[in-house]
Amino acid sequence: MEPIQIERVQEKLDSFVNRDVYIHIETTNGAYASHFDKSSYNVGAYVRNASIAFNQAKIVGDGHSYRVGLKMDKGWIYAEGLTDWTMHNGNQLLMAGHDREGRLMVALQISETPFDY
Amino acid sequence: MESHVVVIFPHPDDESFGTAGTIAKFREEGVPVTYLCGTLGEMGRNMGKPTFANRETLPQIRKQELIDACNVLDIDLHMLGYRDKTMEYEDRQEVAQHIKQYIEDIKPSLVITHYPGYAVHPDHNAMGAAAIEAIRMIDEAERPTVWTHAIANNRVDVLGEPDVTFDVLPWFDKKMEAVLAHASQAGGMLERFKSYEGPSADEKKAAQKRLGREQYYIWDFNKA
Repeated sequence: MEPIQIERVQEKLDSFVNRDVYIHIETTNGAYASHFDKSSYNVGAYVRNASIAFNQAKIVGDGHSYRVGLKMDKGWIYAEGLTDWTMHNGNQLLMAGHDREGRLMVALQISETPFDY
Repeated sequence: MESHVVVIFPHPDDESFGTAGTIAKFREEGVPVTYLCGTLGEMGRNMGKPTFANRETLPQIRKQELIDACNVLDIDLHMLGYRDKTMEYEDRQEVAQHIKQYIEDIKPSLVITHYPGYAVHPDHNAMGAAAIEAIRMIDEAERPTVWTHAIANNRVDVLGEPDVTFDVLPWFDKKMEAVLAHASQAGGMLERFKSYEGPSADEKKAAQKRLGREQYYIWDFNKA
């Protein structure tokens, strides 16, 4: 992956508007968070291959860390803390936020074909 | 002497961090070892350091790392095809039946798995529980011995001292070679060990301190 270039990611987001797409969204601080640090909590959420459509998409950020919001007919999807992006297999938009050790903290991925189970 | 050892863990790298020294010792004695690996660690957070994997490329990368590590350790490998972080949501009995087929086929004298409830990661706990359930279903006379690996910080307080302790320093280079085969995962973990010892710490010494001993509790099928 490479650091997010806001214009290029916005362009890719726009290409998915009003199409039936599959979404992968996750956030996690790892299964060992409270094992290594008693004061921290294990939290995470994960959705893979939910089928959705959005009519508006926007990426916002400060040049390092970005937020992406997708507006649907009846709701919203957003992810915060995204730092890197890539196109996987040419047509799957992958966005992720990594910590300073390079560990994934959050991911938002959009594709017209399902992600491999 | 053992006739065949089967190791049952959910993730590529559990075998290397947790039991590679024990495995190397058995292989040196000529004992066949088979690893039943539950998932491909698809949901790992470590993407290499610097990052070279992403969520979609990680499964194939970890699959190759697993194959490489098993070649380093000279052991057979079966990948069971579950998905990382979902083991505890699978039907326990189904997973146990799946594992039982391998056990009945291989007929090991010893099985190594995680200590359910004391193995920290939900996949560890779920797979350990399924493995123990699989072996419980086997006739007592045919049952292999089961060694369970506990990780929880409170393990000694609650469970007492482990029944089996291996000083694996004689096989430590082999263990590190297996650990390092998991290139996408090893960097983050070794760095963590080093951070515990302070900035001037030697990476190998720090790793020896954390990985130089492998301990197990012998499972008692008569308890509860």
